[in-house]
Amino acid sequence: MDFIHDLMTYNFLQKAFVTSIMVGIICGIIGSFIVLRGMALMGDAISHAVLPGVAISYMLGINYFYGAVATGVLTAFGIGVISQNSRIKSDASIGLVFSAFFALGIILITKAGSATDLTQILFGNVLSVRTSDMWLTLIIGGVVILVVGLFFKELLVSSFDETMAAAYGLKTRMIHYAIMVLLTLVTVASLQTVGVILVVSMLITPASTAYLLTNRLSVMVVLAAFFGALSSVIGLYFSFLYNLPSGPVIALATTSLFLLAFLFAPKQGVVIKQIRKMGKRKVATTRN
Amino acid sequence: MIEPITVNNISVSYDGNEVVKDVSFSFKPGSLIGVLGPNGAGKSTLLKAMLGLIHRDHGDVRLGAKSIEEMRKKIAYVPQRSNIDWNFPIIVKDTVLLGTYPKVGLLRRPKKEDKEWAMECLRQVGMEDFANRQIGELSGGQQQRVFLARALAQKADYFFLDEPFVGIDVSSEEVIIDILRQLKKAGKIVFVVHHDLSKVKSYFDDLVLINKELIDAGPVSKVFRPETMEKAYQRQLMLDGLEVSM
Repeated sequence: MDFIHDLMTYNFLQKAFVTSIMVGIICGIIGSFIVLRGMALMGDAISHAVLPGVAISYMLGINYFYGAVATGVLTAFGIGVISQNSRIKSDASIGLVFSAFFALGIILITKAGSATDLTQILFGNVLSVRTSDMWLTLIIGGVVILVVGLFFKELLVSSFDETMAAAYGLKTRMIHYAIMVLLTLVTVASLQTVGVILVVSMLITPASTAYLLTNRLSVMVVLAAFFGALSSVIGLYFSFLYNLPSGPVIALATTSLFLLAFLFAPKQGVVIKQIRKMGKRKVATTRN
Repeated sequence: MIEPITVNNISVSYDGNEVVKDVSFSFKPGSLIGVLGPNGAGKSTLLKAMLGLIHRDHGDVRLGAKSIEEMRKKIAYVPQRSNIDWNFPIIVKDTVLLGTYPKVGLLRRPKKEDKEWAMECLRQVGMEDFANRQIGELSGGQQQRVFLARALAQKADYFFLDEPFVGIDVSSEEVIIDILRQLKKAGKIVFVVHHDLSKVKSYFDDLVLINKELIDAGPVSKVFRPETMEKAYQRQLMLDGLEVSM
């Protein structure tokens, strides 16, 4: 209850609270599409690849948003160019491009800033969120929710059956790159909360948890957003209480929720399946 | 008004190897056409190239005076079952509803009448009792019927089905062929990639026989003869199996 009291009292905590909830929501939404389209590795790649953009922005004295979006989008195109124009498979070209960008980013940050900056960007520090960062996150969040809301139909059909979508005239390649741009925006918005390295856990884990619980994409997206936001709040709480970096705490919170669903989900849960199997065996033996 | 389909000199290559060579044919409205050929003959590739889904080295497809790109909303495509992620979070009635998306258009949602129409299409394939099931919970034949219902929901004039009869039960097969015949009667043009030679005569009126290049195209009685079939299948074919079926 102290946490709630502090939340009412401290302005920095309120900013952290609002920001991390929005990050949880949009990571869950975009993460749902990333998971279903088999692009989890791509999510990891783009999140790492924004690092040089952040460093360059820092050197130029501009908002890190611009540099991060630039290198994020550049990475998505770079991966596309390599896998489409050579025999290199897509997972290898992802690894190839993002490790290069990440390495470059670490060198640039080390040259430009201090070690503390690097740690914050890598692992997140939600308690240091400034007012401008909060607004940036809220604007990105608004854009992401609006775009997904308006084009939900097209996202659904192109994720499920890309060939049919293309056959009736949807620009499926454009949709792919639009998702990459949204993914970059979400990553940038998540930098302060979870950090570059663990963004992928916010993208993939809440969406995977939701995937185990429903048979409808619309429900999955809403559940993923909810689990994302819940994990953020749990992460913020423990991060504040024990002075831990927020990224890892949030990542472990998403994992805990996933494990619960993995074991106890009504249809897909491992434990439930086991119980059902034993139930059947019992019926079989009593019949004998 | 449904226009005839004309395919002019389509060629496709992957990494410099020609997999479809200079294929041309044409069919009039009210045709049910089997696309035949041995494994690796480029049947699915031809279908996708006709639809402009993969890059054509040259050649084009005309529907009357129009290109296929101008007529996209009149085209329904049913993919091979193996190309679908059956664990995708979607239920049967929403899968059929996807067929109304081309008509509904961007920034709009399907209305009540679209949903009713989707249910009507589901009824036509006899799958209305499964409307709320996740698609992975169905048998292969049931899945294929749902995808046919989706194609019907598109109210298309040109249908392209890739191997719809693979791995499905007899009753589903009957339902599907029955609907395809109705489409033909309604003046539509239906292409079906197929590889089971035993049913060719009873299912199709026309055939396109390819093995990378076009071997022959036209009425079954003209194309489905030992000489032409042998030419297409060469040594790959179990010749005795073919003789029995003829």
